[in-house]
Amino acid sequence: MYAQMIKSEGTKREDMSPQELAFQARIDRGEKIEPKEWMPEGYRKTLIRQIGQHAHSEIVGQLPEGNWITRAPTLERKAILLAKVQDEAGHGLYLYSAAETLGVSRDELFEKLHSGAMKYSSIFNYPTLTWADMGAVGWLVDGAAIMNQVPLQRTSYGPYSRAMIRICKEESFHQRQGYSIMMTMAKGTPAQKDMAQDALNRFWYPALMMFGPSDKDSVHSEQSMAWKIKMNTNDELRQKFVNETVPQAEYLGLSVPDETLAWNEEKQGYDFAEPDWSEFFEVIKGNGPCNRERLEARVTAWDEGAWFREGLSAHAEKAAAARMAAE
Amino acid sequence: MTHKQWPLWEIFIRGQHGLNHRHVGSLHAPDAEMAINNARDVYTRRKEGVSIWVVPSSEITASSPSEKGPLFDPAESKVYRHPTFFDIPEEVGKM
Amino acid sequence: MTGIAELEAPLADPHLSDEALRPAFFEWLCRMGDSTLILGHRTSEWCGHGPALEEDIALANTALDLIGHTQFWLGLAAEVEGKGRSADQLAYLRDAWHFRNLLLVELPKGDMGQTLVREFLFDAWHHLQLDWLAANSSSPRVREIAAKALKEVSYHLERVCDLVIRLGDGTEESHRRLQDALDRLWPYTGEMFTGDAVDATVAGAGIAPDPASLRPAWDALVDEVLEAATLTRPQTRPDAQKGGRQGRHTEHLGFILAEMQFLQRAYPGATW
Repeated sequence: MYAQMIKSEGTKREDMSPQELAFQARIDRGEKIEPKEWMPEGYRKTLIRQIGQHAHSEIVGQLPEGNWITRAPTLERKAILLAKVQDEAGHGLYLYSAAETLGVSRDELFEKLHSGAMKYSSIFNYPTLTWADMGAVGWLVDGAAIMNQVPLQRTSYGPYSRAMIRICKEESFHQRQGYSIMMTMAKGTPAQKDMAQDALNRFWYPALMMFGPSDKDSVHSEQSMAWKIKMNTNDELRQKFVNETVPQAEYLGLSVPDETLAWNEEKQGYDFAEPDWSEFFEVIKGNGPCNRERLEARVTAWDEGAWFREGLSAHAEKAAAARMAAE
Repeated sequence: MTHKQWPLWEIFIRGQHGLNHRHVGSLHAPDAEMAINNARDVYTRRKEGVSIWVVPSSEITASSPSEKGPLFDPAESKVYRHPTFFDIPEEVGKM
Repeated sequence: MTGIAELEAPLADPHLSDEALRPAFFEWLCRMGDSTLILGHRTSEWCGHGPALEEDIALANTALDLIGHTQFWLGLAAEVEGKGRSADQLAYLRDAWHFRNLLLVELPKGDMGQTLVREFLFDAWHHLQLDWLAANSSSPRVREIAAKALKEVSYHLERVCDLVIRLGDGTEESHRRLQDALDRLWPYTGEMFTGDAVDATVAGAGIAPDPASLRPAWDALVDEVLEAATLTRPQTRPDAQKGGRQGRHTEHLGFILAEMQFLQRAYPGATW
C-alpha cells in the first residue's frame, strides 16, 4: 500500500490508563478524533508515520508517470496524464496538511524523506519503460491504492479521513484512465498488445507487494486496526485486489503472469502466487531499480527550489513591513 | 539564508450554490495573496469554488468577487477530470 | 471517448473556404498552436520537480491550459488546411522545420527564474494578442478560441506578473536569477512583434493584428512590472534572435520533438 509496514506504538489494553481506555472507547463507538483533542502519544506518532509515508508516496509517485508526460502519444493523452500526475501532487499536499495537524511541519517531513528516515511505497522504485506502463500503473497501482484508500475514508482521525474522502473523489478517474490506455493497447496493433502484456508482467507482482507482507501475526497491525487507522489486513486487501483485477485482465485478453492462478470456489476468490518477498525487502532497503533516482529527483527539486521559496518569503516580509510602516 | 517555512493557511471555499464558505483544506504560501492564488490552483482544479477565503491563525482574507472570471472558468473544459469521461465496458465491472 | 477540447457546433466562418487566404491562414494558426504546444511542453517538464508543491500544481495548470489551446489552434489549422490531417498529426508528425513557434518558447526551461521570466514575456504578448483576437478578429472561429483562451491567459499573466515582482524584489539571489533570465531571454522577444508576408495577409483579412501594433502596450506592461520588480530592462537588441515563425529554429526544438513524437514515429499508424 502507499503506507507499508508502519510501526505502531500502542499500549496493551490491560495496561491502559483510564484516559487511554476512554480514548479507545471513543474510537470503538466510531467517533472521529480531531487535532486539538487528547490522544495517546503512540497514536499520534503512528499516524504521523503513516500519513507521512502516504504523502511521500504521492509525491515520489509523480516521478514514474511524470517520466512520460513529454512523450505521451497524443495531445489528449498528454493532458490526461499531466492532470493525473498533478492530482498526485495535490494529494500529497492534502496528506501533508493532515499530518501537520499532528504537530509536525511539512518541511520536517520532507527532511525525513530526503535523509531516508521515512519511506515511501516500494512500487515507485520500479521503472516505467514503455507507454503501456502508464496504463499498467493507472490500472494496477492506482487500483491497489484504491483498495486501501476507500476504507480509510472511515479512519478514526478526522483530518486524515477528510483528506482520504477528497482523494478518493478525485482519484476515481485515475484507475479508469489507466484501464482505458490498456484497452486501447490490447485492442491495438500486435506490438501494442505485446507492450501491454509486458507491462502487466512487470507490474503484477510489485502491485501485489504494495499491500505489504502478510500481517496476520503482526502486533503493529492489530494495534493500528484497534485505532482504526488501518481498516483491513494486508491479506484481505490483496485478495480483494486479485479478485477484482483478474477478470479485468481477462477482458483485455492479457494473461496474469501467474501459472498457479485458479478460482477457488470454496473461498469465492482466486488462489494466487505470493510475490517474491525477498525482492520486496531489498526494494524497501533501497536496492530497488530506481530508489536512488527517485530520491535524488526529490532532493534536487527541493534544494534547487530553495532560492525560490526564500525569495518569496523575503518579499512577503518586505511587503508586510511596508504595510506596517504605512499604517 | 535562514531556513524558513512558508506559513500554513486554512482555505475556505464557497461552492457554486451560494452556501457558506466551507473549509476544504490547507496549504503553504508566503502571504495571503499568494495563498489565494495557490488555493485556486490547488483546490479549484475542478471548478469547485466561486469564492476563496484564506486564514492564517486569526486573520481572514477573501478573494474579491471581480476575480470570478479568469480565476474559475477555465476548469470547465477539463472533462477528463471526471471518471465518467472514460468509457469502461460493463463486462469489466465496477471501477 | 469524447474529445476534451471540443467547442460547440462550429460557427460559420467564410474565411475557411477562402482559397486565396488558406496558406497564410494555415501558417498563422500553426504559429499560434505551435507556440502554445512547445511552451506547454516546456512547462510540463516541471511536473514532479517544482520548488514547492503549490507551485508544482500551478505550473501543471498552466501547462494543461496551453495544451488545451493547442488542440483548438491546431484543430482549426487542420480544418483550414483541408488535407484531412488532425491536430495530433500536425503536432506529432511534422519535423522541426515545419514548426512555426516562437524561438522564445523552445529554449530550455532553465531554473524557475528562466521559466517564469519566459512565461511573463510570452504571456504579456499572448494576452494582448488574444484580447485583440477575441474582440476584433474577422474570423468567428478565431474569436471563439481566443475568447476561451483569454480567460485562462488572464490568470496566467496575473500570476506570473505577481511572481516576477515578488522574486525580483525578493532576496539578492532571486533578484540576480531573474535579471539573468531577463538578459538571456530579451533577444528573443522581438520576434513576437516582427511581421512578415503571412502576418500582412492575415492582418489584411482582418483575422489578426499587425504584430508590430501590439508592441507599445507590451512595452508599457513590461516596463511597469520590471519597475515594480526592481529589474532593469536590458539595452540589448530585442530582435537579435528570430526565425521560429518561419521554421528556422534553435537546436533545442529537434530534441523536444524527438521526445514528444517518439511513439507516433516508432509505431506509425497506431491508435493510442
